[in-house]
Amino acid sequence: MQNLFAFIWKNSFYFLFVLLLVLSVVLMARNNYYHRTVMINTTNEITGGILLVTSNFSDYMKLKRTNRELAEENAKLISQTKELFLDASTKAIPSPDSNVLIPQYEFIAAKVISNSVNRRNNYIKLDKGRFQGIMPNMAVISPAGIVGHIVEVSNHFSSVMSVLNRNSRISAKHKTSNHVGSLLWDGIDYRFGKLVDLPSHVKIFQGDTIVTSGYSHLYPEGVIIGTVQEAILESGASFYNVTVSFSTDFNRLSYVYVVNNLFYNELDSLQQLQPQNEPLR
Amino acid sequence: MIIQNVIRFIAALLLQGLIFNQIGIGAYLFPMFYVYYILMLPFETKGWVLLITSFLLGLGVDFFSNSLGLHSTASLCMAFFRPGVIRLLTVGKDYETLVYPSIKKFGFSWFFSYTVILVIIHHTIFFILEVFSFYEIRQIIFRILISSIATIFLIFMTQLLFLKREKH
Repeated sequence: MQNLFAFIWKNSFYFLFVLLLVLSVVLMARNNYYHRTVMINTTNEITGGILLVTSNFSDYMKLKRTNRELAEENAKLISQTKELFLDASTKAIPSPDSNVLIPQYEFIAAKVISNSVNRRNNYIKLDKGRFQGIMPNMAVISPAGIVGHIVEVSNHFSSVMSVLNRNSRISAKHKTSNHVGSLLWDGIDYRFGKLVDLPSHVKIFQGDTIVTSGYSHLYPEGVIIGTVQEAILESGASFYNVTVSFSTDFNRLSYVYVVNNLFYNELDSLQQLQPQNEPLR
Repeated sequence: MIIQNVIRFIAALLLQGLIFNQIGIGAYLFPMFYVYYILMLPFETKGWVLLITSFLLGLGVDFFSNSLGLHSTASLCMAFFRPGVIRLLTVGKDYETLVYPSIKKFGFSWFFSYTVILVIIHHTIFFILEVFSFYEIRQIIFRILISSIATIFLIFMTQLLFLKREKH
């Protein structure tokens, strides 16, 4: 036993290295899960606080307030748009005057305090958190188009998994034909994404608009993703390989809207009753 | 001496978290300047101090960039290889009297090899773990090369900046 301790002591450098290596690999593996531990959330609060202070330094006081007011006003206006209401009329054939519209989405304006576009897996931090009503799995959009979805919240801050992430997979559709595919990011250029699984019989042209399909319950239907840059159909392939030019400039995000689908739980519990598939986000 | 390293630790963490993490030029460029702390530790630093502080620095940067475990693994491995690289480069030479690595004391070529080897070890581990796909091997190599050049450039700039002060 004494020899063992002596051996460990003599090679403490190697043992400590292996111990810490195991620890960091465990952390890395845990990081892939959506729900993380309390410890990590509190630290998110600390780094979030520091990032917020530095972000505030870079803003002029007056400009900042005006921006926030405008963003909040916009959020209110968007949630009043008619297309985003759920038709909750109980009659099979609704008469024009008996339509009951209840809002399906609520928009919360938030400020980006940290962002990146050059990593393989990019995340964005926002200055709103649980206290402002933000929960995981809410969509995040900018005035120009999609941004990502919330993966982690602390009391005052939240982390967004950007579309520019390996784990991001968005159900998207070709606006003119309504055919659905999946939007991925290949990690090369933050301005372009890849749309896959779009069948080869669809007629697709450069400049066509790609929007969200709304099938994932996360994004509202019809939020703009971008336009077709080029569509390649390899000989014999049954699916297109489409390069989509994002309408959102991810490098210049400042204010975004967090989208709260008020029926998310209802739709989600319905999905739970079906056989499990890989969820689209 | 200890205070100097504590300051360097905090400065490296904040510079990385607040400035270098936010820089977005091109798709592959990501300078990881914080490794400067690991490079600059005194030679006589105890093994456990070297490993634990490097791990903690990496962990701190991870919290800023939402990449839990990535920076900490890469910095830990870099710290692990540091004594070996120093031994390899100083074979048959007498550097006993010197305290910590610098351009001024060791000359350009020694410091250059020392920095390049360790930065490449760090960046290789980091980008392989981050991308984690051998389908994207060409991208990984691009990322390692371009980011290493940026990191090494920043480290040399910092060395030159502090060169004058060392004379006094």
